[in-house]
Amino acid sequence: MRSLTAAAGKKKAAKTSTIQLPIICDADTLRSLISKKAVRVVDVRKANDYKQEHIPTAISLPLARVLENDAPEKIVSILEELGVSDKTPVVVYDDTFGALAARVAWTFQFVGHTNTALLEMTFKQWKELGLETEESARTFPKAKHSLEVNKSIYADASYVEAAKSQPGKLLVDSRERLNFLTEHIPGAKNIPYTMVGSNGSILRKAEELKRFIENRGIADTTEIITYCGSVGTLSGLTYYALRLAGFQNVKLYPKSFKEWKALGKPREEFKDATYWDLSAE
Amino acid sequence: MKKVKVTTVSPRQKGASVPKPNPKWGREEETEVFAKRVKLFRQGKISEDDFRRFRLQHGAYGSRLHMDYSMVRIKVPGGEMTPEQIEKIASLSEAFSIGSAHVSTRQNIQLHWVQLEDVSEVMRGLVETGLTTREACGNTIRNVMCSHFAGVCPNEAFDATPYSMAIARFFLRNPMCQNLPRKFKINFACCDLHGLEKVADIGLVPLTKEENGTMVRGFKIYLGGGLGAASFIGHQLEDFTAESRMLATCMATVRLFDRRGNRENMARNRMRYLVHETGWEKFQKMALKERSIVEMTTSYSTAQLFDIESQEDTRHLPNAPRMAKLPMLNDSVTKDSPGFERWLHTNVAVQKQESYFTAFITLGAGDITASQLRVLASAIRDYSAEGVARNTPQQNFAVRYIRGTELRDFYEKLASAGLANPGALTITSAVGCSGTTSCNLAITNSHRLAKEVQRKFLELGLDTDDNLRDATIKISGCPNSCGQHEIATVGFFGGATRMNNAMVPTYTMLFGGSSGELGKAMMRVPAKRVIDTILKIIEIYKQQKSTNETLQQWVSGVSKGRGVGSIKNLEDMKAALAQVIQLPASDIDADAYMDYGSDSRFSAKTARGECAA
Ligand code: SF4
Repeated sequence: MRSLTAAAGKKKAAKTSTIQLPIICDADTLRSLISKKAVRVVDVRKANDYKQEHIPTAISLPLARVLENDAPEKIVSILEELGVSDKTPVVVYDDTFGALAARVAWTFQFVGHTNTALLEMTFKQWKELGLETEESARTFPKAKHSLEVNKSIYADASYVEAAKSQPGKLLVDSRERLNFLTEHIPGAKNIPYTMVGSNGSILRKAEELKRFIENRGIADTTEIITYCGSVGTLSGLTYYALRLAGFQNVKLYPKSFKEWKALGKPREEFKDATYWDLSAE
Repeated sequence: MKKVKVTTVSPRQKGASVPKPNPKWGREEETEVFAKRVKLFRQGKISEDDFRRFRLQHGAYGSRLHMDYSMVRIKVPGGEMTPEQIEKIASLSEAFSIGSAHVSTRQNIQLHWVQLEDVSEVMRGLVETGLTTREACGNTIRNVMCSHFAGVCPNEAFDATPYSMAIARFFLRNPMCQNLPRKFKINFACCDLHGLEKVADIGLVPLTKEENGTMVRGFKIYLGGGLGAASFIGHQLEDFTAESRMLATCMATVRLFDRRGNRENMARNRMRYLVHETGWEKFQKMALKERSIVEMTTSYSTAQLFDIESQEDTRHLPNAPRMAKLPMLNDSVTKDSPGFERWLHTNVAVQKQESYFTAFITLGAGDITASQLRVLASAIRDYSAEGVARNTPQQNFAVRYIRGTELRDFYEKLASAGLANPGALTITSAVGCSGTTSCNLAITNSHRLAKEVQRKFLELGLDTDDNLRDATIKISGCPNSCGQHEIATVGFFGGATRMNNAMVPTYTMLFGGSSGELGKAMMRVPAKRVIDTILKIIEIYKQQKSTNETLQQWVSGVSKGRGVGSIKNLEDMKAALAQVIQLPASDIDADAYMDYGSDSRFSAKTARGECAA
């Protein structure tokens, strides 16, 4: 299994110039990698937020840029522009409980970058801990990155439609409970994104996530496809939560329920209760 | 390089000297057993009936017409909650429920639409902060209530809180009450004015008596009261029950009910029916005789399980600073008064402890979001000298021991999170059960209606009208009374009626209830006419009332046929309201035929209730 601890990562870092990052990178590991100049830190918040302040050496890549054209060639050219080559360790962070960072990390993985981690916390929490930041914008010399699309982590609408009735495959909806109850893709199970994080950390500990899944009686050999409301951010986070929990075969349906609806595909609705009226807003 | 450690440190309590200890109601092993049983049930190794019994014993109800989800009922004895518990509930509601929590009318906190497979995780989180869901549902002794004023009430003989906690601890997981004929409710009051002692299976009011020159503590105990499809007011067992006999009296009552209660007919198996069918005098004799037997046969070790002393709050709370000028709680206000003054007038009560005050947090039918819960927890830490809050049967929170000098700061802090609405102690604080938002038995959306009533009444400033203040509006979504409609000045319970050839969500309106008296059913009102009907009643009251007569007094008079103006009795009242409850044809006003929260044609859908399972 991949090591999830900072210590293991650090020992390796001391010996070799590039290390293989775990799914989640903790603050200490990142700080040590930064001081050794052995990592590319990617800030996916809005450009203005980046301009004001960011984690030292971070480079700006707002999520919107990734979404506006996520053709694999385009993503590889972005990686090259960020100075990321095939082996460069990349750590991504955001200020949206990890969901935007997860979507970007997944995209990198999709085009063949295999060394991306999510920072364990958001930028806000980084600040609250009093950790160092800088203001100056960074650029790096262009690098060369190969393109190797990893289809095994991707699902489109027709894949989802077929998977619904195939044994051993499970569709997971990452939206909040009331949205899920209102309507969802038939047969989907709900694991709201709010379940996978906890105070101070964008994802809970692996054991805890494992227990949640085990409670639901989902076998660890199951292939899971995650989706959410529109662009695969919430479900991106769930994608990584499931990977962390030990699932080997996880796919993201990045176009999610928005596309599903637009395509006029069937939906499951639950109209026998007025649950929205429980909300205190 | 300095190491960072990511932990959440619990902030210092500015308001309290020493935080209250973890009450340890919950047990970790129960969460694991629950998770295992859910799996066995899903694998078909436990029958549905067996599993239901098990699930209910652990406080998880099936959700409305969707058994994959549960309503998790957190038992909060006396309604007392620490800031840590409130924060934990906030996180659990976000992770596993719908991002908000709900105060019930019996001091429980409910989390709705929790996936059955996640219930054990909710339980696990609760146990960390000392809470439990054990025996919150099912045929058990339900949450033991205690007046939210107990300990601060100027009228009380003594603080009933430690007694209520000791009783709750004694009966929780006690083999003698794991499978009663039906649920069983125990309520402690602080005084005759503030409690729900007459509408419980056992109701207790603290009382002292002089015996041989010393004051002894005891209780007035009421048996056989309760609200439901048929409601009864409890009977007082004897003039004075010494505190030394309180446990035996409760045990005797539970034993009698267990032995003699009706296990066949689910509709008539609450203890109040047993009392009613046996006849009070006979039941009273039986109870007193059973008590002697309990007293003669209970072992020392069993008696030791009832420990009042260990439940006492031994912290010494400092005196509040004296104030040169007391806050003007009694000054009359209007809807245009500054927010703080209006809130002071309608949400703050004096305590017997000088210069300390109890402030109420106005919620809408008991709903509170996770982020609001966090602000509430922080406000309790900063401003309550006792460092805890109590949730109330009016579905609000009471934060006690606030220094008069800090009321304004407290208010500002609440206001930042939308928690400083006025009206908690007035007619505007309408009570509403879950109704169709989550309950299997519900016919109407009583929950939303209660919130609509509150919103409209606050908008009209009815909270500032002191003549309306002691009147109450309570709404249930079916005849079962979780919304306590029978003890409201004007109460409502949901139903369905055919009008102009269409089914309409309606409410049966009851008139003249109070905590010691049941309201009288009067007429059916379409859901979308309820607010207009109450406003019409207020208008008529204003024309008819005699000087200084409050709405509550006037309604109570009319319900007994003692009205002095042109409205003398319920028949006159009905006639006066006939106009308001009319509906135009459904093609002219389709909305009037729909329930709140719905945009389709109304049809009453219900499933098996689990209150009696
Ligand atoms: S009163 Fe009826 S609708 Fe309301 S919670 Fe109770 S059973 Fe459900």
